[in-house]
Amino acid sequence: MKKPIQRDLFPGALEMMILRTLRRQPMHGYALVQQIKRTSDNVLQIEEGSLYPALQRLLKEDFVKAEWGISSTNRRVRIYKLTAAGGKHLERELSSFERMLKGISLVLAPGEL
Amino acid sequence: MKWLRQLFSRRQIYRELSEEIQTHLDEKTEELMADGMSREDAKQAALRQFGNIGLIEEKSRNVWAWPTLEDVLYDIRYGLRALRHSPVFTAVALLTIAIGIAANAAVFSVVNSVLLKPLNYPNAEELVALHQAAPGAEGLADFENGLLLSASMYVTYAEHNQTFQSLGVWIAGTANVTGMAEPEQVRTVSVSDGVLQTLGVPPAVGRWFSQADQVPNGPRRVILSYGYWQRRFGGDRTVIGRNITVDSQSREIVGVMPQGFRFVDSDFDLTMPLAFNRGQLILAGFGFHGIARLKLGATLTQADADLARMLPIWMDSWSNGPGTNPHIYETWRITPMIRPLKQQVIGNVGELLWVVMGTIGVVMLIACANVTNLLLVRFEARQQELAVRTALGAGRARIIRGLLVESVMLGIMGGFVGVGLAYAGVRLLVAIGPTNLPRLNEVAIDARTLAFTFVLSGLSGLLFGLIPALKYSGPRTGSALVSGGRTVSVSRERHRARNLLVIGQVAMALVLLMSAGLMIRTFGALRKVDPGFGDPQHLQAVRISIPELLISEPERVTRTQKAILDKLSAIAGVKSVGFVSEMPMEGFDSEWDEIFAQDKVYSGDLIAPLRLYKNISPGLLQTAGTRLVAGREMTWSEVYALQPVVLVSENLAREMWGTPSAAIGKHVREFSQMPWHEVIGVVQDVREKGLQEKSPEIVYWAPLVRNRFDPAIRTVTFVIRSERAGTDSFLNEVRAAVWSVNSELPLASVQTVQEVYDKSVARTSFTLVMLGIAGTMALALGIIGIYGVRSYTISQRKREIGIRLALGARGGDVLQMILRQGTKLALVGVVIGIGGAFALTRLMTNLLFGVTAHDPLTFAAVAVLLIVVVLLACYIPARRATLIDPSVALRYE
Repeated sequence: MKKPIQRDLFPGALEMMILRTLRRQPMHGYALVQQIKRTSDNVLQIEEGSLYPALQRLLKEDFVKAEWGISSTNRRVRIYKLTAAGGKHLERELSSFERMLKGISLVLAPGEL
Repeated sequence: MKWLRQLFSRRQIYRELSEEIQTHLDEKTEELMADGMSREDAKQAALRQFGNIGLIEEKSRNVWAWPTLEDVLYDIRYGLRALRHSPVFTAVALLTIAIGIAANAAVFSVVNSVLLKPLNYPNAEELVALHQAAPGAEGLADFENGLLLSASMYVTYAEHNQTFQSLGVWIAGTANVTGMAEPEQVRTVSVSDGVLQTLGVPPAVGRWFSQADQVPNGPRRVILSYGYWQRRFGGDRTVIGRNITVDSQSREIVGVMPQGFRFVDSDFDLTMPLAFNRGQLILAGFGFHGIARLKLGATLTQADADLARMLPIWMDSWSNGPGTNPHIYETWRITPMIRPLKQQVIGNVGELLWVVMGTIGVVMLIACANVTNLLLVRFEARQQELAVRTALGAGRARIIRGLLVESVMLGIMGGFVGVGLAYAGVRLLVAIGPTNLPRLNEVAIDARTLAFTFVLSGLSGLLFGLIPALKYSGPRTGSALVSGGRTVSVSRERHRARNLLVIGQVAMALVLLMSAGLMIRTFGALRKVDPGFGDPQHLQAVRISIPELLISEPERVTRTQKAILDKLSAIAGVKSVGFVSEMPMEGFDSEWDEIFAQDKVYSGDLIAPLRLYKNISPGLLQTAGTRLVAGREMTWSEVYALQPVVLVSENLAREMWGTPSAAIGKHVREFSQMPWHEVIGVVQDVREKGLQEKSPEIVYWAPLVRNRFDPAIRTVTFVIRSERAGTDSFLNEVRAAVWSVNSELPLASVQTVQEVYDKSVARTSFTLVMLGIAGTMALALGIIGIYGVRSYTISQRKREIGIRLALGARGGDVLQMILRQGTKLALVGVVIGIGGAFALTRLMTNLLFGVTAHDPLTFAAVAVLLIVVVLLACYIPARRATLIDPSVALRYE
């Protein structure tokens, strides 16, 4: 069985996207997946389940915290919220990501060489 | 403390996680339904998009866990469940491992206690034995003890050495304690100043000897051993200051040594000061064991050089009397060879123990091979399960780990059972171990043995789990799932591992059986050796010592001994009696002196060779069953008349005069002032030092000799020939007979000569028993293994055999085919085994007697035995295969 070509995310990318999304507003797991898919214009094919181990890692690092609440569809859900430490972590990650991106695009840019 | 909270709240975290994921799926399903999907389709799609729930939950949980530990714990739980599901396999495997582990643990505990543990003294690594070689004094300086020290040597070394903190000499002996309920002969150790200080073990009660106690004719003191103190005084602490009568001399008790204390390798009851009289010391008298404690940082080489430097000082400081040349000892070429005290205690037993340890280790390997086989079969049966696990996303490493955890667990569980068995095994070992095995009383299972056992268990688990785990974790999932449960004939390749194991088992079993076989041959050769005495079972030996203070006059000592002989021969059932200074193999320090022959020329300072000498009573040779080769025994009237007559051993007669009969009428003496003694008889050679040692040349003096020291021999072994030897009633009569002559004489070393004889072959029989056990275990395990493999292989080939039979093959053809394959394996194993045995049995050369390490007879016999056994193990399952009914075998296809 041949799978369609799929690019893996680099390690830490999913966490970064989660933190970035949560910075705008707290939300529960399902909503988080939909939000990420939507904002990426469905370019990023992420397995929905893979979100949960990432969320557990962030919980353990105290970058997010979770509280039980009621969703818009009236379900009992766990709502994740960015912590101060999470915000700081996101800043650090973003700036290093930007540096890396700059470097990559310089190399990939046409001409010059 | 956060991790601690996490540890306890984990269960809740997992529950919440499951709930969350379920909610996620519900939400997704609903949304998809809202887009117009049916409920079923929506559910499927939601699951598909979510991914592998099990894997995701596990990954999420792993965030909180110590992943490896948790996984291993999980594997252990899983493994335990798997083991519980097949109790027969588990029991067989456990038992195999447990027996192997138990044997190894038991033998290791002996190796550890005897060879590895330091001696039981403070800073024992500083302790050394003052061992000296003297190649020029053959006989006096034997290989095991070297040349012992003389008292004057001790004084010189003690005063002039630069490398020792302290040093001293000691000698073991016996003494009579009287004045209590019954006279008793006790074991004594006499020590010079410095011995207790060197060993450094403080007394349990009282004090050590002081220098004042070492003054000749000074106060007489004694120190008790813990055992004697308990036995005689019930552990009463007020014994200090009380007096006991030792060899008719009153001595004040000044101390008690603690439990377990021994002088190097000697147990004792009493210890007394040697109290040398400096003014009367001469150069000779090499009878003392020297021990010392090295100065901090001093090496053995430095200490050797130190001793070598002092030897000339010793020769210049003392003499053997006027007219003697003190420098004659230069011809002895005395060479200090100081060695660690531990080495002195252990002696040459190390080799024996390592050989036993090695063989038991090989048994363990064979046991491992068997369990490997069992696991191979078991994992093969579980291939479907493994395939399912792989399909569900378990990686190869994970599966290998799971299988290894299972086998290591088997190993460790086997270890636990094994330790239990080992406790029994150690008790057995101590019971059958030769009494002359040093430090036998210290043998016990300690922390190091336990650690060894469990490391061994774990390693064996890895060893026997590795091959099956690697084999069955491979990427063959698809075919396993497809073919599972069907009786496909298996390929040659799948049997390769099992066949290799069979070959290995045959080869290892061969090596072990070979060494056991060589020991059996050794034992047989020893049994054939004529020890120089006959029918030892009916020879009663009793040792009696007459101290100088009890009877001082020499002739009266001899007359008392004769009186005892007369009383003993009057006991009902006694055929004949005699006495001797020492029975063969009794293990007392023997006495040596220079023996000059009248018709030989000894130039200048040259000393005659040293010869072992004994004193025998008339009638002794006849009683002991020692043959006279020529001439006659002496008579009592000759003894009392101090007639200068003597007997010599056959080998001495041959060496000096060519033939035994030529020796009769010749004359010998010990030193110039002694009258020449006429040789009146030649005695057959006697295995004085044990069956394995060559017979020494011996001179037999009368019990009363014109000698410069004490003319009478005061400590002798009475030998009584009687059918009643060894029985209680007989011994009571013997005791009564002795006490009717003198009630102050204790009886010691009461035993039949058979027991003496058995003790001297104890080391050989111990090795034989151990190697025999190892060999038998190897054979039994080998048979089980081979039988199991053949049965299993044949059961796997049922279909093939069925087809062959259906196509017209006869039972005999099938039988032949299977036996041919078995023979091939056996032969390859035997060839490899012979190669291995050829290399390995050489290591036990020193344990053998009368047979070479490459004895062709043993090799051939063992090889044939093994081939026959392998064929038998193949024959039974093969026979069953020929009875296969083709229609039944093929029905299920």
